[in-house]
Amino acid sequence: MGKTFAEKILARKSGRDALRPGEIVTVRPDRLLSHDNTAAIVAKIAADLVEFGPARKDMHVVVLDHVVPAASEKDAENHKAIRRYVQRYGVEHFFDVGTGICHQVMVEKGLALPGDLILGSDSHTCMYGALGAFATGIDRTEAAALILTGETWLKVPESIRIDLSGSLSPGVTAKDLILSIIGRLGADGANYQCVEFHGAAGLSIDERLTVANMGIEMGAKAAAFEVDARTVEYLESIGVRRDGYEPVWADADAEYSRRLDFDLSTLGPVVAKPHTVDNVVSVEEVEGTPVDQCVLGTCTNGRASDFELAASILRGRQIASGTRLLLLPASREVLRRAIASGAIDALLAAGGTLLPTGCGPCLGAHQGVLAAGERCLSTSNRNFRGRMGCAKAEIFLASPATVAASAIHGRISDPRKNLPSPFGRGAGGEGRGKRG
Amino acid sequence: MSKVWKYGDDINTDMLFPGKYTYSCSTAEQILPHLLEDLDSSFAAGVRPGDFLLAGKNFGCGSSREQPALGLKAVGIEAVVAKSYARIFYRAAVNQGLLLIECPKAVEAYREGDEVRLDATAGTVSVGGQSFAFPSLPEAILAIRDAGGLLPYARAKLRNRA
Repeated sequence: MGKTFAEKILARKSGRDALRPGEIVTVRPDRLLSHDNTAAIVAKIAADLVEFGPARKDMHVVVLDHVVPAASEKDAENHKAIRRYVQRYGVEHFFDVGTGICHQVMVEKGLALPGDLILGSDSHTCMYGALGAFATGIDRTEAAALILTGETWLKVPESIRIDLSGSLSPGVTAKDLILSIIGRLGADGANYQCVEFHGAAGLSIDERLTVANMGIEMGAKAAAFEVDARTVEYLESIGVRRDGYEPVWADADAEYSRRLDFDLSTLGPVVAKPHTVDNVVSVEEVEGTPVDQCVLGTCTNGRASDFELAASILRGRQIASGTRLLLLPASREVLRRAIASGAIDALLAAGGTLLPTGCGPCLGAHQGVLAAGERCLSTSNRNFRGRMGCAKAEIFLASPATVAASAIHGRISDPRKNLPSPFGRGAGGEGRGKRG
Repeated sequence: MSKVWKYGDDINTDMLFPGKYTYSCSTAEQILPHLLEDLDSSFAAGVRPGDFLLAGKNFGCGSSREQPALGLKAVGIEAVVAKSYARIFYRAAVNQGLLLIECPKAVEAYREGDEVRLDATAGTVSVGGQSFAFPSLPEAILAIRDAGGLLPYARAKLRNRA
């Protein structure tokens, strides 16, 4: 019997020959990620760090991104304490305010490589599976213990195999794919499991990142894609040579707890309604719902291709009066690319507001917090009650294309009716939309 | 008699502890006033040591924030009994020494006013007089629990190495 991706990679990282699901192994991760929670993590082990020191200086990656730039004196003190820790213990991989959202930074800086095992004190750590890494979230206490010991335990998960075929229609994106999968599997449909995506050669790296990012929203321990020519090419573009990593992939005869097929050509735009990510409906079902705020970006959909797609819809148009459009690039590199391509200019001309790269309003701490009764349409990954700071607000999740189209009308809109025509003008009517 | 706090399916971490507080509240004292704030506003003031929390499937889904597990342990929740748990929350509870019992039948058997009792040694939980066995934990997890949580466990390991 063949082996799954998870069985192989955990065997490699635990120094074992063969593993079966359910076994518990001790592993030494290649990287440990933490962000604005770093000060709270190291405060737990302040005395231990003095006594023992960190297990390894090259393991811990620290990125300031969650509340950046600091929104209050308390946030500023938090960042200061983190910089002090980084300096005192010689943390090799530190990225200060403005570099980007931790997950995008991990990918762009070549710190999440094929065949790596990465643990992060953030639930969306699963995103690096897009590059063939086994990556999963842990809590702060476990991160603290890892800093000291360099090792932890993991249970070998069962795996779900998802076979993709066909290609996405115009106006339909990888976000619609992953929301459709979550809608079918449910919020706990992949709990404790590793989800393998097969047949993904047609998806770009950006699209794979969007899909893997949301693995946790169906409970997955990890989500993974096979390393292929696109992965190799992407890694070369960021200066990682092919001899710098060892890919791992499942055997053809591996054993799965469940198998599903998705034909991309049959998918349409979808929206996750409040207040759970698996509450997925077709865009037609919610078309016309008024929205107060549109968020375009985050670690899920804040890459240059996402802004370029949105710009192709909003170029030469205006967002509806009464609707706000917030732009949240996933990193400084992304922002530079989206500026160079003209996407940011088009989105600003349309009435967008550019936020600093970081987590912004996604976790409800600052920069776009909602008021009671307000409705937000967002490309982010969670629509839980209270997520954007107010328990009486509503969050709908959708693709960058759907968010861009909806911003024009101030209502949830079908992106397929708003795609640019071959003559470079929006096809779904001109001028400024009006809400009401 | 200890009180039972009963909730439904897919109770996520934002309901257990709102994300807007995650970078300003890390200690038990800071966490407690906001525990379950957007789920049950009577919880923080009403919970007492020895109380039980019952829930449906996928309890603790969402974020990796540990304040829900840390907070429930700090207020003295005897055990959480749920149909199933999200994995990061499950690990966080192990690391804090909070007892999680996965027992769908016990949750389904519960009726308003029923007494819930735990016999950790026997591995049973009783609901309204009906007893339900729950599976014992793997050794790796028991070792962490017996040490009083992950950090004491890690410290003991480091001292043995030295």
